[in-house]
Amino acid sequence: MRAIVRRTLGFAWVVPALVLVGVFVYLPLAQNLWFSTLEWDIYSGSREYIGLDNYGRLLQDPVFWSSFGNNLLYAAVSIAVQVFGALVLAALIESIRSERWRRGLRAVYFLPSAISLTVAGLLFYFVYEPSLGPLNHLLRSVGLGELAQAWLGQESTAMNAIIAMSQWQGFGYSTLLFAVAIQRIPAEIHGAAAIDGVGPIRRFFHVTLPLVREMTGLMAIVTVSGSFQVFNEVMVMTGGGPNNSTQVLGTWLYRSGFVRNDFGYAAAIATVLFVITLGIALLQLWFTHRRRVEW
Amino acid sequence: MVSRLSFLGVIVRVFMWAFLLGLAVVVLYPLLWMLLNGFKTNAELFGNPFALPVDWSFDNYRKAWNRGVSDYLTTSVLVTVTSTVATVFVSAWAAYGLTRVRIPMNRTVTALILGGLMLAPTVALVPLVKMFQSMGLYNSFWALLILYTAFRVPFTTFLLRAYMIDLPREVDEAAEMDGAGRWTAFWRITLPMCKPIITSTVLLHILFTWNEYLFAMVFTSGSGVQTLPVGLTSLMSKHGTEFPVVFAGMAIAAVPVVLLFFLGQRYIVRGLADGIGK
Repeated sequence: MRAIVRRTLGFAWVVPALVLVGVFVYLPLAQNLWFSTLEWDIYSGSREYIGLDNYGRLLQDPVFWSSFGNNLLYAAVSIAVQVFGALVLAALIESIRSERWRRGLRAVYFLPSAISLTVAGLLFYFVYEPSLGPLNHLLRSVGLGELAQAWLGQESTAMNAIIAMSQWQGFGYSTLLFAVAIQRIPAEIHGAAAIDGVGPIRRFFHVTLPLVREMTGLMAIVTVSGSFQVFNEVMVMTGGGPNNSTQVLGTWLYRSGFVRNDFGYAAAIATVLFVITLGIALLQLWFTHRRRVEW
Repeated sequence: MVSRLSFLGVIVRVFMWAFLLGLAVVVLYPLLWMLLNGFKTNAELFGNPFALPVDWSFDNYRKAWNRGVSDYLTTSVLVTVTSTVATVFVSAWAAYGLTRVRIPMNRTVTALILGGLMLAPTVALVPLVKMFQSMGLYNSFWALLILYTAFRVPFTTFLLRAYMIDLPREVDEAAEMDGAGRWTAFWRITLPMCKPIITSTVLLHILFTWNEYLFAMVFTSGSGVQTLPVGLTSLMSKHGTEFPVVFAGMAIAAVPVVLLFFLGQRYIVRGLADGIGK
């Protein structure tokens, strides 16, 4: 009896965390699945079960598909810049002999990640601004005036401009993590390769790259997951416009639910996001688990 | 041959440094531009964007401060401090329970708490709004405090648990032999030993809360409960023609976290690295 009381009392340590996560993370998730089967008008308060109709509408909604495509584009560019670009950059930085320069460069590149995406987004809203923005001024002053344009105001360039800002904001973060991974490679391995006359470029491909493979895989997974959760920078810079060309799944969900008051439809988009992010998370879990077994 | 090789090496080094320093300029210039624009007048801003301010007056900073930034800053500080304290304690208790106390269904409980890591906040948005509306907490300070705590407990517990697993157990066992209860052992022994990782989690939580936008935007609408990221966008829409004031507001929002990063760099890097790969 006393043992049972003791063990139950021990449970008290984890109860606050369990309650918070249960009520505010898991419960809404379950509710969301249910909401997605309703036609729900916020104003009249009428709710009606309509089965999978919201998902049917989703499949025929061109903005849903273009949002999905924008998330994919985001992921592709971020993998190129924030995974492979950052890895090369980190290797370059770590090849510098001066510790002060290494630390300084890493910190400078990380700076945009410390400021919020809101500040970064607003800042680049002005950088891209057609009349006062330094980007167009710069283009004009180097004789490329014909390239000056309303970057965020036209469908053809708005999404790319947002993605470019996001790379500026985020590449230092992954560079920092890759630098940590490279520092964890035992110095003897690099030293031995250098003595054997292996040049720096071959050393990168044959020593560094294989030894940070796990980190690269993890970063790729985290980056893709982040690309599907994009919201802040789009809301701040374009709000999804012009003509819905910069909508991503997160902003389209927001617009559907809270601007067009179509709660059931927003919940259906949320379910799609849930399936995608959960799939990526399970991949990450499998990846870290497999690595631990290998070690 | 040797001299040719080193000549090539010099060329490569020059290119490398040009690239690294060029990139540093690309990163720093927009930030510097932001800071400087807070000192300019509208006319200067539209004149030549690269020019330095003519008159270094703090007028725009003062205007931004009086037009709401002081309120946004207060709310941000309050939400950040309270949710940091709540998150770190709830997570530390959970991590202690999971690593030091024999509780029933330990593996299930661990999976449940850490599983929260996998869920994106966007997914829960619609039901959360309904929930907070029915609790009467919508558009309140409490909504942000609760959400920031609930959604960061999994990550924070993950970091603390990983650290506590590696700590020697003998010390707390000895304390218990001496008749000290678990509660005392937690506060006197385990928690002080976790200082480095707690510093990391505190700093990462501050960065998260200070910059969070999705919940802040959806769950607060009136001034008085808006944090800086949302407040800045309303400053922009309300005073959209006085751009220098907006820039001043952005600088006020950015400077504290940049300072924090430089002061706590070591701990932040450690937390980030452990968080992704351990």
